[in-house]
Amino acid sequence: MSLAQRFAIENPHIRADCIEVTEFPEVAEKYGVYAVPKTVINEQEFVEGALPESRFLEAVLKALPSETGPARAAEAD
Amino acid sequence: MGLIGEDDAQEIRKRLEGLVHPVKLVHFTQELNLQYGHEAKQLLEEFAALSPKLSLEVYNFILDKQKAAEYGVDKIPATVVRNTQDYGIRFYGLPAGYEFATLLDAILAVSKGDSGLAPKTKEGLAKIAQPLHLEVLVTPT
Repeated sequence: MSLAQRFAIENPHIRADCIEVTEFPEVAEKYGVYAVPKTVINEQEFVEGALPESRFLEAVLKALPSETGPARAAEAD
Repeated sequence: MGLIGEDDAQEIRKRLEGLVHPVKLVHFTQELNLQYGHEAKQLLEEFAALSPKLSLEVYNFILDKQKAAEYGVDKIPATVVRNTQDYGIRFYGLPAGYEFATLLDAILAVSKGDSGLAPKTKEGLAKIAQPLHLEVLVTPT
């Protein structure tokens, strides 16, 4: 079972899809899959390979666009 | 002939003895034009028959559009693993080979309602209060 799916059990805000990309070439093409496993976070950020729990959590939190993620640089008008 | 051989069935039955609460697999298929669609359904039917705590519900992706939307399923074959609660766990594609082991693990975890994660990870995840979509891309091995 992937860590992503364990994360989904833990937090109701998280949903986790496991996608067999040879059956869904359009998904492979959309994200440019050259090595697996590859985890896509909110269709934007990527994690390549299988990471240990703590590092995967770090990567997920970093990808979040809010207070739980890194502060965003203020944009000039 | 069955897709799950007798030796495998016995092994799977043994693992499914670890089920605590009932688990429901919700499968979406569209049998007419999919190479893997029929196989996936048959595999899941044979699989669900191996434990009284495992049940299977099958929907047609085209005819049962509303159900698909309810579950946020946008491609097929798709399999939702849930108990009385839907944790947002979906498998897309034929759950064979390594994916079958992953599915089995997911079923056992969902049955316990326990992620099995370290306390520190649970703490970190508790901070997430917005929708987060994770897609794990795999290939058959």
